[in-house]
Amino acid sequence: MTLSVRGLEAGFTHHSVVRGLTMDIAPGQCWAVLGNNGSGKTTLLHTLAGIRAPRAGAVTLEEHALRDLDAAERARSIGLLLQEEPLEFWGSVLEYVGLGRYPHRRARFAPALEDERIAREQLDLLELSAFAGRPLASLSGGERQRARLALVLTQQPIYYLLDEPLQHLDLRHQARILAHFAKLAAGGAAVVIVLHDPALAQRHCDHALLVFDRGAPLSGTCETVLTAANLERLYGIPVTL
Amino acid sequence: MHSRCALLVGFAVLGACSLVIGLLAGSVAVPVAQVWSALFGETTAPVHDIIFAVRLPRVLSAFACGGLLALAGALLQVLLRNPLADPYVLGISGGAGLGLLGASALGFGYAASQAAGLAGALVAVFAVFGLSFRGSEWNLYRLLLTGVVFSSGCGALISLLLTLAPEAAVKGMLFWLLGDLSAAGSSSWAWLMLGILACLTTLFAGVLNVLSLGRNKAASLGVAVLKSEIGIYVAACAATVTSVGLAGTIGFVGLIVPHVLRLLGVTDYRWLIPCAVLLGGAFLTAADTVARTLWAPLQIPVGVVTALLGVPLVLVLLARRP
Repeated sequence: MTLSVRGLEAGFTHHSVVRGLTMDIAPGQCWAVLGNNGSGKTTLLHTLAGIRAPRAGAVTLEEHALRDLDAAERARSIGLLLQEEPLEFWGSVLEYVGLGRYPHRRARFAPALEDERIAREQLDLLELSAFAGRPLASLSGGERQRARLALVLTQQPIYYLLDEPLQHLDLRHQARILAHFAKLAAGGAAVVIVLHDPALAQRHCDHALLVFDRGAPLSGTCETVLTAANLERLYGIPVTL
Repeated sequence: MHSRCALLVGFAVLGACSLVIGLLAGSVAVPVAQVWSALFGETTAPVHDIIFAVRLPRVLSAFACGGLLALAGALLQVLLRNPLADPYVLGISGGAGLGLLGASALGFGYAASQAAGLAGALVAVFAVFGLSFRGSEWNLYRLLLTGVVFSSGCGALISLLLTLAPEAAVKGMLFWLLGDLSAAGSSSWAWLMLGILACLTTLFAGVLNVLSLGRNKAASLGVAVLKSEIGIYVAACAATVTSVGLAGTIGFVGLIVPHVLRLLGVTDYRWLIPCAVLLGGAFLTAADTVARTLWAPLQIPVGVVTALLGVPLVLVLLARRP
């Protein structure tokens, strides 16, 4: 089960931001996505998740183009952590995180005890159990970020596409969360993380994708891609590894 | 779970009570026993006409309108992701008001003016949708702004009509603009609409929950966003147009009922939608009963009463909220 990207051009109606990307993301791998602000990392992630149509090329899951897949089936395979979400959600933290079970739900009204158990497990993992009954809006920025991570974990996809998962988090939670996703990858999930720190990428990921402001992106294992020369070209500043 | 069940049952009881009280109260005092015999017994009872020709249609219309407005408000608050959205924010009341008042100013009769109001509401629905929809993209900010601007335009023309209309006609127009159930006829169409829309939206309420996370998140969780949004728009407009056609533009119910439920802790739309229909119906029926009995035989516009009853209720709930 591989997420294959072939000659992908991702972007908006009138212009593209990422061109000529060909890569395979396989279960068991952990990818770091590095690039400057505005280089197109978020647009690329949305395209990989199937919520934005590619301008050219294709993203396929098991030989099926994402756009041909049933939306719920796609959502059971690919989970996306957004960089930004609207703030208005009137429900509790548990209700919020429980929405991650939406693509798995079979009956509309049956009491979903199993779903609630999974949601509570993820809240526990992210140290949010004490907040379960509180309104999501009452949480601090970092706590809300952890709730959003808990929602994606509750979705239990095979592919985790995480757009800046570490934003707002304290150092301890950053380390715990990266370690947890590394563990998930070791257990057969595929993880793609947008990061701004090559050192973190080197420590926690086995593959890296560099999204340049100009020119085709570069993908491969960390040893081949994360070189001083490549990073200097990426960031435009001197880099020592 | 249990508390939400209890709330739903409570609102159903409240709705039933509001209908019964509405039947009992009025400018002519009718004892319970006579109401009972008129409803279920002989058709020759002296109060038979009062109950069947006046009060029963009126309480049924009030309940249907209240339910429809609360439903439309809840749907539009999700669609526009704006807590201030009410059933009229997208210009339906403006279009309907302009059609109705324009027709009556031109000298058309009652039935023709009602039809013109309905036509105006439908024109507003399609115009606002058409102006905000580009290709396959639907920008919801553009939808909201188009609706608000369209409403203001209609509001200005309505004010113009009110200034130009003969003095005798102005009072009737104002009553309609504030919402008025006294002329409401048969509500069977509205009840049918309420039944269909309430069932459909409750069935798809899981989608409403996910959509309230925002478009991208909803799409990544497997919701067909654009289709769902168009469905919500159509349902909300159908509910509003039906209610406006029956009783004019009754304010406040659609804005406030969903918020009262949220303040009571009902945020899951699978529960909020049925609760809103019941509470909206009960609230408007009670408000209309107050409107026609407080200074009987004088009648106050029900829209005034909904606001006067609703404002303190919401302020108390807001103040109690930690």
